[in-house]
Amino acid sequence: MAETTQIEEIKPPITDVGVIGWLRQHLFNGLFNSIATLLILGFLVRVIPQFIQWAFIDSVWFTSGQECHQAEGACWSVITQNIRFTIFGYFPYEHQWRPLVAMIILVGMLIYSREWDRWNKRLGYVWIFALFVMGLLMKGGLFGLVPVESTKWSGLPLTLLLSFFGILASYPLGVMLALGRQSQMPIIKSLCVVYIEMIRGVPLITMLFMSSVMFPLFLPEGVTIDKVLRAQAAIILFTAAYIAEVVRGGLQAMDRGQYEAAESLGLNYFQMMRMIILPQALKIVIPPTVGILISAFKDTSLVVIIALYDILNTTKSVLSEPEWTGFSTEAYIFIAMIFYVCCFSMSQYSRRIEKQLEYKHTPNQES
Amino acid sequence: MASEQTNNAKTYFWNDEKTRAIIYQIVTAAFVAFIGYYLISNVQTNMEKQSIASGFGFIEKEAAFEIGESLVEYSAADTYGRALLVGVLNTLKVSLVGMILTTILGTIIGVCTLSSNWLISKFGTMYVELFQNIPVLLQLFFFYALFYEIFPAPRQALNPVTGVFITNRGIDFPVPAPDPAWGYVGLAFVAACIVIWLVNRWAVKRQERSGQQFPTFWVGLGILLGLPLLTWILNGAPTQMDVPVLKGFNFQGGRNISPEFSALLIGLVLYTASFIAQIVRAGIQSISHGQTEAAMSIGLKPGMVLKLVIFPQALRVIVPPLTSQLLNLTKNSSLAVAIGYPDFVQVAGTTINQTGQAVEGVAMMMVVYLTFSLLTSAFMNWYNKKIKIVER
Repeated sequence: MAETTQIEEIKPPITDVGVIGWLRQHLFNGLFNSIATLLILGFLVRVIPQFIQWAFIDSVWFTSGQECHQAEGACWSVITQNIRFTIFGYFPYEHQWRPLVAMIILVGMLIYSREWDRWNKRLGYVWIFALFVMGLLMKGGLFGLVPVESTKWSGLPLTLLLSFFGILASYPLGVMLALGRQSQMPIIKSLCVVYIEMIRGVPLITMLFMSSVMFPLFLPEGVTIDKVLRAQAAIILFTAAYIAEVVRGGLQAMDRGQYEAAESLGLNYFQMMRMIILPQALKIVIPPTVGILISAFKDTSLVVIIALYDILNTTKSVLSEPEWTGFSTEAYIFIAMIFYVCCFSMSQYSRRIEKQLEYKHTPNQES
Repeated sequence: MASEQTNNAKTYFWNDEKTRAIIYQIVTAAFVAFIGYYLISNVQTNMEKQSIASGFGFIEKEAAFEIGESLVEYSAADTYGRALLVGVLNTLKVSLVGMILTTILGTIIGVCTLSSNWLISKFGTMYVELFQNIPVLLQLFFFYALFYEIFPAPRQALNPVTGVFITNRGIDFPVPAPDPAWGYVGLAFVAACIVIWLVNRWAVKRQERSGQQFPTFWVGLGILLGLPLLTWILNGAPTQMDVPVLKGFNFQGGRNISPEFSALLIGLVLYTASFIAQIVRAGIQSISHGQTEAAMSIGLKPGMVLKLVIFPQALRVIVPPLTSQLLNLTKNSSLAVAIGYPDFVQVAGTTINQTGQAVEGVAMMMVVYLTFSLLTSAFMNWYNKKIKIVER
């Protein structure tokens, strides 16, 4: 019978596997990479201990501004001592639990609605009810809640309000504009094209300027619309143009056969769009849409320029107090962290949806 | 025939698709026209009530405000028109410099994210994540705060390189003292660029004809450095430098970049570069790995693979989204108004405040930015056409 010779298993050299192998492969493959690795490591060794010293060891956390000025390291007190003003701004102090509850409801609803299979009619009613409760909490005037002027709305609630309603309202408007741009009717098409291209060609600031200095001239005498609403309208009109372009991409990517099949079933234009085209087209463009929504969220910070007090502006006014001047770095790092967490979770969410969609698509393509 | 007639009789005109389309359009157009008419009539009555002048007559009037920095001569006694011109030039300055720097930085970081070195690629990814997810306005405030809070007064100026000083009044750096020779050197530089372009064309033609290669890179470098150097020596080789010197409370001499401009430029460049890095990475990844392997198998070095094979193909994927990012940079430069750099929006804003002519002011802002956008996209479209695959 055939001899079964014991072949000794030859192990790879120790320098190719394990930690050393990993290091060789990922950090020291080649002269240039080795030099680059050493330079970066040298830089990190110099910078990180200094940063830790500044941010954690020498830092002060709960002191007054005067003590801060004597401290060696970071002054996180600028945040901890002014947290309520930074977050809630000029909302009456004793009623600040109201925006807090409203924000918790909003975030909770968003987190609950993240899974698609939870989207049904009941959730829609819950959302309408939740929006009503949030509006009531912010505005007051019913059930013994003291009314609060919208000019007093500021800080994080204002940022969330502007971005949430900006996103909510600009999406359908953008879809309508995209459909208009794809339409066969020349007048409607050209109106939509002019609108989309004009808005995309100008910065958001001009829209905000328009809303703050030009819009009051447009209204008949005696009618005024408050500043928050005007800024909100500017953000909606601006974002809609960008969403329209993204949605147009989705509409163009649709197969011609889908339109023809829908028409041959005898569906009219609105039925065709609502039941056949849009559900597919909007799904394709989810990732770029989320990109637009993220930038819309970041762009709400521009309302600083027309003197609305969003979270960036409340921070700036804290920093302009003599007690707290000179601690911009700490305060801005804090605000940057808030924005980072929000934007990062949105982009992670879009990545997850992208993966889910890929998974759902494959079986169809193979069968 | 008969059936056709009955069909015609049954189809009411409002059920006809074409008639419907026309009716929809007329209704929409009438609606838009009505809204437009209503708004304009409101504006007219409001402006009469508040006795605001209309029209662009204010452009001829005296502006009576100072502008911090300007590329052309300007004083408060000049007209609004001149002030607005200063604003346009300042916007152009920061946009052009920013576009060039951010394209370079974004490309470098995009290549970094694909590096085989773990540290470098992690650094690139972290950079993109960090700068993309923080509003650009916050970044501008941050960098501006660096200047007026962290950087020292002129007396304790940071001095990273001899002659360069970083203070809370901006960045001071030396420039060559004025001498007619420098003008000629500049001319020689332009001439060198033209010569290189001609040589390049000739070399490509010759290679196509005979297959012989010509060392364009080294010859080009030689011309680019040699010609200006020769001019400089022939003109007496002036070495006098205008170095910034601390006098009293501030630096005299040299050239100064204001803190506003620096902060705006740094913020815009770092922010936009994070988006460009992603575009570049996606572009490079869109080229199949077979291209790299094929290029390596014919003996090209990694750098050459990137330069000769990958980049020219990736550019086609990169250019369209790159265009929109560069446009974004131009539009974002309007955030200058928040940190006090006198760009067009700031000057126009001041003009609106002083004259009350909001409609004209905002209209001018829109026209200026639309023009910038159209020009940039026209240029990038031309470039995109140039690098398209030439199919035989």
